[in-house]
Amino acid sequence: MANIAERLATVKHVIVVLSGKGGVGKSSVSTQLALSLYASSPNARVGILDIDLTGPSIPRMLGVDDRGVHQSSAGWVPVYADGSEARLACMSVGFLLKNKGDSVVWRGPKKNAMIRQFLSDVRWGDLDYLVIDTPPGTSDEHLSLIEHMAPVRDRLSAVIVTTPQAVALLDAMKCLSFTRSVGLPVLGVIENMSGYACPCCNEISNVFSVGGGKEMARTEKLAFLGALPVDSKLVTLLDTPNAASDSSSSQQGFGLLTQYQKTASAELFVGIVGQLAEKLGSE
Amino acid sequence: MIAVQSPLSVPDPRSVPSNAPEHCPGTNSELAGKSDACAGCANQDVCASGVTKGPDPALPFIKQRMASVKRKILVLSGKGGVGKSTFTAQLGWAFAADDETQTGIMDVDICGPSIPTILGIAQEQVHSSSSGWSPVYVQDNLGVMSVGFMLPSSKDAVMWRGPKKNGLISQFLKDVDWGDLDYLIIDTPPGTSDEHLSVVQYLKESQIDGAVLITTPQEVALQDVRREIDFCRKVGIRILGLVENMSGFVCPKCKTESQIFQPTTGGAKRLAEETGVELLGAVPLDPRIGKSADYGVSFLEEYPDSPASVAYLNIIERIKAILAN
Repeated sequence: MANIAERLATVKHVIVVLSGKGGVGKSSVSTQLALSLYASSPNARVGILDIDLTGPSIPRMLGVDDRGVHQSSAGWVPVYADGSEARLACMSVGFLLKNKGDSVVWRGPKKNAMIRQFLSDVRWGDLDYLVIDTPPGTSDEHLSLIEHMAPVRDRLSAVIVTTPQAVALLDAMKCLSFTRSVGLPVLGVIENMSGYACPCCNEISNVFSVGGGKEMARTEKLAFLGALPVDSKLVTLLDTPNAASDSSSSQQGFGLLTQYQKTASAELFVGIVGQLAEKLGSE
Repeated sequence: MIAVQSPLSVPDPRSVPSNAPEHCPGTNSELAGKSDACAGCANQDVCASGVTKGPDPALPFIKQRMASVKRKILVLSGKGGVGKSTFTAQLGWAFAADDETQTGIMDVDICGPSIPTILGIAQEQVHSSSSGWSPVYVQDNLGVMSVGFMLPSSKDAVMWRGPKKNGLISQFLKDVDWGDLDYLIIDTPPGTSDEHLSVVQYLKESQIDGAVLITTPQEVALQDVRREIDFCRKVGIRILGLVENMSGFVCPKCKTESQIFQPTTGGAKRLAEETGVELLGAVPLDPRIGKSADYGVSFLEEYPDSPASVAYLNIIERIKAILAN
């Protein structure tokens, strides 16, 4: 088994996406973060690791849920979402399942071992950013991740995603307490599902309330990275693999990315990625 | 290296001794005493001898406590944030609307307990008496137990690995003075891991009457529900049915319905047909549901005529009918 420190020596920055509560859009934010970082420079190399072992969503969102992982002498080969360019590497337990309805019913120690393998056995290669998508809560997966990442601690930071309603903020606060007690620096807070524009009359409804994430960032003295309204076009894009993967890649990038860049969320993410790059660059 | 906050001292009957190493496989594991992490542990010989693999000593106590509970219902989803806790709360309120019915809600989402907030009892605490821990009562016939009542501050994170979570769940089942209950509704965290396995194992002898699966219309959520159905079948839990939440949104201004979460693969209806699971109903997305949850009031009581309330009540009636058979 290769050593985690060695394996990740060629990774410049690791961004852990956390939320506390489930279903607030961690995976969607992770995917968008990876796509936007990828698009931020023609040479950017990005990895995305999904450690939500019992509910992996990343393969579906990147439109690669029919793909598998290959072994090579240098380790497991990640799935490249951008095809032959091989600048967007992805790894998830979803690639290891025989069929998509299989449940992964694992207790802590098995999850811990899988996460260690993802970090030590995957041939990530040179990466500018490794985005890590996590499951909800503050339990085995999170503790294992932080522990295994100890050798690359100085390159590790987190982004907290929340929706604006009180119930989600409560869990986001727990998640913040977690980052503080394990000494994980927080780059900022993203407020997701902040309002929804009716496709008929454009009236904005605050489906899950509004402003909670911003308020949390203010009281906890964290950077507020941005508010993302519910974007049905994006939901559909990330939910339908064939919407993107089949249309042949154009000059600007592969199908999913081209489609993504047409959504309203992509524009907002340019700003978020800009802030993150600045924060990471200045450290 | 990791600070673990303990809300109550939890004397754990089965899993990890307090002096166990970080990666203890659990005393019931096949690897007990044999895993790499066991090297040097003071309990290694005991574990390796196999005596710890016997039946859990808590099981008879759980069975005894659960003997006075008529129906046990699990609320599951696979994916997070689809409305498990909100549905659990509505179910609890609806059952408790009948004065003659005694209902209990047990929140086994240890790392993200939302039930106390949704039911408006977030400030309450658990008291213990000679007959066990008393649940917190929302009203006379609706008792609740959650780890949320045990934390000094709502900001505190519960950073527990599996074995500690299992220990607390076992205590919720054997040490809480539930009394005579017509229904015990168990709200779970997302996924299919320690909490789910433990609930199923602890209630094996007392029998779970069935599980309600909650989903939202998009494929990403349905994928997780397929896994949850697979889980239920593997461990032998009857599935009462599937509920599609956040199904369509009616604009308050122009009254046009739109799909925030597009059912790109046919939604819960198609999934129900494919898997032979009954679709209990679909609840539209209504911003007032989330708001009611934030304020801890019953959506069903506040807005009894809204389409979402009607949908909830129809689903709940159907669940009652299935359980009555």
